[in-house]
Amino acid sequence: MKAILLLAVLLLPLCPASTNAQVAVQAERLYPMTGDLRPIENGVVLCGKNGRIEKVGPPGEVPIPEGYRILKAKVATPGFIDAHATVGLSGILNIDRQDQEQLEKSSPIQPELRAIDAYNGRDPLVKWVRELGITTVHTGHAPGALMAGQTMILKTNVTAITNEEKDTLRPFAMVAGTLGSDGFGGGGKSPGSRAKSLAMLREQLFKVQGHLRKRKKLEEGETAEPDLRLDALAEVLEGKVPLLVTAQRHHDIAAALRLQKEFGFRLVLDGASEAYLLLEEIKKAGVPVLVHPTMARPYGERENMTFTLAAKLHAAGIPFAFQSGYEGYVPKTRVVHFEAALAVAYGLPHEIALAGCTSAAARLLGIADRVGSLQPGLEADLALFDGDPLETVTHCIGVIINGVVVSEEVK
Amino acid sequence: MCSSLRYLAPLATLVAIAVVSLGGGRETPSRLTAYVGAHIIPVTAPEIEDGVLLVKGETIAAVGKRGEVVIPENAEVIDLKGKVLFPGLVCTHSHIGKVQGGDGSSPIQPGVRVLDSIDVLDSTFEKARAGGITMANLMSGSGHLLSGQTAYLKLRDGKTIEDLAVRNEDGSMAGGIKMANGTNSIRGSGGSPGTRGKSAALVRAQFIKAQRYREKLAKGGDDPPERDLAMEALVEVLEGKRVVHHHTHRHDDIITVLRLKKEFGFKVVLHHVSEAWKVADEIAEAGVSCSIIYLDSPGGKLEARDLEWKNGAELEKRGVLTAFHTDDPINDSRWFLRSAGLAVRSGMSRQKALEAVTIAGAEMMDQAGQTGSLTAGKKADFIVLNGDPLSIYTRILETHVEGKKVFDLDNPEDKLWAEGGFGAGHRRQVSGCCFTK
Repeated sequence: MKAILLLAVLLLPLCPASTNAQVAVQAERLYPMTGDLRPIENGVVLCGKNGRIEKVGPPGEVPIPEGYRILKAKVATPGFIDAHATVGLSGILNIDRQDQEQLEKSSPIQPELRAIDAYNGRDPLVKWVRELGITTVHTGHAPGALMAGQTMILKTNVTAITNEEKDTLRPFAMVAGTLGSDGFGGGGKSPGSRAKSLAMLREQLFKVQGHLRKRKKLEEGETAEPDLRLDALAEVLEGKVPLLVTAQRHHDIAAALRLQKEFGFRLVLDGASEAYLLLEEIKKAGVPVLVHPTMARPYGERENMTFTLAAKLHAAGIPFAFQSGYEGYVPKTRVVHFEAALAVAYGLPHEIALAGCTSAAARLLGIADRVGSLQPGLEADLALFDGDPLETVTHCIGVIINGVVVSEEVK
Repeated sequence: MCSSLRYLAPLATLVAIAVVSLGGGRETPSRLTAYVGAHIIPVTAPEIEDGVLLVKGETIAAVGKRGEVVIPENAEVIDLKGKVLFPGLVCTHSHIGKVQGGDGSSPIQPGVRVLDSIDVLDSTFEKARAGGITMANLMSGSGHLLSGQTAYLKLRDGKTIEDLAVRNEDGSMAGGIKMANGTNSIRGSGGSPGTRGKSAALVRAQFIKAQRYREKLAKGGDDPPERDLAMEALVEVLEGKRVVHHHTHRHDDIITVLRLKKEFGFKVVLHHVSEAWKVADEIAEAGVSCSIIYLDSPGGKLEARDLEWKNGAELEKRGVLTAFHTDDPINDSRWFLRSAGLAVRSGMSRQKALEAVTIAGAEMMDQAGQTGSLTAGKKADFIVLNGDPLSIYTRILETHVEGKKVFDLDNPEDKLWAEGGFGAGHRRQVSGCCFTK
């Protein structure tokens, strides 16, 4: 009996729809977030037994087979993607050493800290964002150290990571670092200046280059001595995972671009408050931007931030996505599409704002083959609303992950 | 803010007065301006399509439908077709202007006035004007049981705290007093309490002392008590002249405030009130008002874990006077209208949500006769919007305080305060008579 139960539990995530009827979503306005990003009036999405999308289209083209549970909504979108968060690591209570796992400052460079070892999928804030329509988060170690640790990408219905490949989209998505005074050591610890920050990073990356050279020289059958730190950064220098650099000031952004040029890794700029001063340079370097929350507080390193940054990046043709970011106090998590909504008030086209937390976010994170748009074969993650998803007064009325209804709260 | 010419305007008025005086006139003719064609939301009266707002000097002369309001021939007519006119926003709880209260020397400091600390040239004032805020209660923090006397300010275009102050009938600057309970004010060092029981005991002891002081004052005679700034402020509280603005989150802390109110009879507005939904009946029964905050998620500390968006709806159901606040920098003043949107999302009526960012706050600061709605006879405090106040896409185009435009999105310098950008964090500079960038 025990064995059968165990088997059932193991199989559950693999065939999530098996315990429920298959779901069909019928929306007066459906945003597949494909092609020209235009919505389909009276669109239908059929979710398959395998948790993937079967069909998408107008009702004439996509009849709903018998036996499907039909969910109706004014508006439906792909489940939202929060392209950079700390949810699950920075818990609701905000108590150090109890539920704040996003930052460890004993050493300035710790790329070996894995997000999968720090994530609490049962923190109430994960449920909070899930019920508002967010189905995928890129979460992990936060800004605040020169190299704080790793990030990962997973769905918001995952309560525990028992199998890092199955339970996440990317167990190791990026290495997160911070330039500028927000990344200083504090209390007399290095780095204590911008120049020192870069010297430390360069020194570390040269060591990784040496580590990679050693690996190449190994004879067949020989394996290198594991080194958690160097091995993690080797992934960065080999181009397997990007370096996520939080930089607000223009000269910190310029420093990140300089570092990228010297070492040739994949760079993702984060925050980037003053990116509007360096649009050409960022564009030329081909670097995408995780734009700071529109409602981030304009103090300290962010004093020159503008609510028009997303619109400016869009106009310049720089790929970007929205994020909830990290908050040290209240609100303990932001809500990614609330941030996107305000960008519309400040000049960003509505469909581009939606893309910034769906399809464009998926592309930036390298997961567009799985989530971020509504296409046959992609994972059936949807958010249902009783109006324009970006309007404050609109409610999220349903959330579907892998074809399974995970929330019907009116929130 | 607008242009440096703005400071020449009063000068021009003075010249005009001089000219009129020479001509034998006695009074400054009040400028008449008719704002015509907007959708007007007076808040305390039904919304008006295609309305007219007639402003005479600092005051609203008339509000009504086009054709019903007589527009004098000498009035300047400003066409606002397609726009929305809304009362200036009232924020009952703000920390703009680098406002400070008491220091670390003791937990109860009623003698400290925040008006002695405020930098009215700080860019946060410009940002608040860009956010449509025309009146605010500037308060010190919640790290004390009582951190000081608050300041009610109109966000007039001025250079000193005196220029911005709301005045009591006797000419003194109006304000309340800031108190707090719960974890923020429990510090356990420097004379601060270490528990909730101790917090209440310290507060009660001070109020009992103030009752004695008041009795001595009332006796008068040859032996009046020595002047005592702290006691004088607390006597004003006991006499209902100074409203207590009380930070409180958890249900038991809320009830503690109600208990103290009952014992000492002061007027109190509960602030934040995260767990209001748990004790809404008790709040209603006590007849106190609530100034609540909307945050995009609960938590950030244990006592805000159960903060719920439904607070507004639950208080409305029970008829509790409810306002919202920014707690700027917690919520930036430029997003204040979002609070009304979140309130409606979570069950509050549109009407009550709109009152909560205008007239309700004015009532809590005893200024509802002067501001908080578009009503003839009140001060001309209003904002011009390009859409409905509850829509996230709506922008604030202009802010007017007492008939004078203090924010104009078309002005590049004002636009910087409204949208941010390089230099937006800097303090506004003053040189000579005029502001320079």
